[in-house]
Amino acid sequence: MSDSPVIRVRSVRMAYGDFVVMRDLTFDVERGDIFVIMGGSGCGKSTLLRHLVGLKEPAAGEVFYGDVSFTKAGEAERAELLRNVGVLFQSGALFSSLTLSENVGIGLEAYHPELTGKEVREVAALKLALVGLTGFEDYYPAEISGGMRKRAGLARALALDPEILCIDEPSAGLDPISSKLLDELILELRDSLGTTVVIVTHELESIFSIANNSVFLDAGTKTMTAIGPPKELRDRASDPAVREFLNRGRVPEGRDS
Amino acid sequence: MKRVTERGAPPRVERRGTEVVVHLEGPWSLGRGIPKAAAVTDALRADPEPTALVYDSSELGTWDASLLVYLRRLSAEAERSRVPEDRSGLPEGVRGMLDLAEAVPARTRVRRYADSDDVVTQIGLTTIEVTRDFRQVLRFAGDVVLSFGRLVRGRAAFRGADLWLAVQKAGVEAMPIVALVSFLLGVILAFVGAIQLERFGASIYVADLVGIAMVRDMAALMTGIVMAGRSGAAYAAEIGSMNVNEEIDALGTTGISPIDFVVLPRVLALVVMMPLLTIYADFVSILGGMFVGVTLLDQTLVAYSIQTTNAVDMNHLVLGLVKGTVYGGIVALSGCLRGLQSGRSSLAVGAAATSAVVTAIVLIIAAAGVFSVASYVLGI
Repeated sequence: MSDSPVIRVRSVRMAYGDFVVMRDLTFDVERGDIFVIMGGSGCGKSTLLRHLVGLKEPAAGEVFYGDVSFTKAGEAERAELLRNVGVLFQSGALFSSLTLSENVGIGLEAYHPELTGKEVREVAALKLALVGLTGFEDYYPAEISGGMRKRAGLARALALDPEILCIDEPSAGLDPISSKLLDELILELRDSLGTTVVIVTHELESIFSIANNSVFLDAGTKTMTAIGPPKELRDRASDPAVREFLNRGRVPEGRDS
Repeated sequence: MKRVTERGAPPRVERRGTEVVVHLEGPWSLGRGIPKAAAVTDALRADPEPTALVYDSSELGTWDASLLVYLRRLSAEAERSRVPEDRSGLPEGVRGMLDLAEAVPARTRVRRYADSDDVVTQIGLTTIEVTRDFRQVLRFAGDVVLSFGRLVRGRAAFRGADLWLAVQKAGVEAMPIVALVSFLLGVILAFVGAIQLERFGASIYVADLVGIAMVRDMAALMTGIVMAGRSGAAYAAEIGSMNVNEEIDALGTTGISPIDFVVLPRVLALVVMMPLLTIYADFVSILGGMFVGVTLLDQTLVAYSIQTTNAVDMNHLVLGLVKGTVYGGIVALSGCLRGLQSGRSSLAVGAAATSAVVTAIVLIIAAAGVFSVASYVLGI
């Protein structure tokens, strides 16, 4: 069981009404993977992430969590499966009427009624410390910067020690240092807690430094055109578009700038 | 009620020579609660003073945030007792997470604003706020007038399509709710009047009562209040959301006045549509009164109509229309102003919508009072 993939995507077709975004998506995310969903803007990366966490239903095909079909699961079963999934939305999506500490604590209170209010605050403070926001526990989202909101959103996603962490565009709105710290945090989570991380991004530096597996979505053919470790795809992908995408950031040899 | 579950026993604490050893054993999960640090605190403060706090995690099972929170408590205790902490006995993952949590130093709290419970201070602050608010309303009204001037000279960044959309939303789409409210108001007035007037055998004057009251005052007032709840709130929410999305800022940096582009079409639409809606409400409410007169007070349709036409003259109608127009302006201006003033969060947009409705209704009632006094003095 523990060796089987944590997420299995089988022949998924994503569509808005009659408009097909992607078809024939089939891939596995293994336990402990840092799995990147990449592709150009508007190709459906974020939509795929929304399919993985049940915010959108596939037009065809199925998503499995372990051996359980998430697509066919009932509401209660889904809630149980999603308890182990943390999601970080692009904007952070913090609840604006709650302080950062309350934002992080809300899931803890719901799933761990045995914790006292003080303990919830302590755990929330730990999660906020992990993302470098010690001292901001009592701030409201409107009082902090966009990058900080994003990090607070990550702290909230981490609140329940999820087995799977889904992140939409982690580096959007972050400065290079914060972005690097975030990458380190993701690696640390994987190494320390064995968290599986699914990331939507087109940030090459991030892709190469942390991802060990990836899938490439192509807007033109409306399907996935490559799957595998990013470094391998960069050098050996059969689709030239994938190689070009992954080589963009490389300075050609012999040129000094 | 909190669910009571069995809590994990606190870890074993042992004094070994000069060191305090904490034995971390078994599985740790939030579900089992977070043990108290009291035993460790006692050991750290014991005599003779210990030289180090060390950990033994050889028996440690799975762990989660509960262990990290517990260790953070111990670290804080060790620091307070000035006993050095040696984390080498912790698993690498735990150390990694703790290091990460300590990587960014705590921000020393800066008080963001001076809280004061002092009544005098509060009154002062409120006064300053109200004055500022009033000045903002005046400036905003002035801006809209200037913007209208630009429109007349053909220099406003104004899209005709926006105006028509606003007209449709504030006019045509408001007709059902205005009809419902006015009809029922006509019915209610007719009933109230009938009960009193029947005593004198003068129930035919119900037509006068409904006609004059609605045309002169009530139709405009009720339509204004309905529109405050409908369009005023919508304007504030729309413009507030545009503020959240930085759309208003984008307009500004493009060199387009948000007043021209966003506010003017909405204000014009309401100012133009409100008199029309008022006439419509006049008509429907008279129908409501007529319904009561004919079905319950045994009056004929013709008699009721003639009585109404005789009672309501041009002065009443024009006064009602002027009021309607002014109320329309009030609703549109409050909605747009509150929207533009809105903060940049979902909470702030809700607050802006609420504030728009409250401002509009208060100003409408105030204006209605001014109109009443003025028309009494002028003998209209």
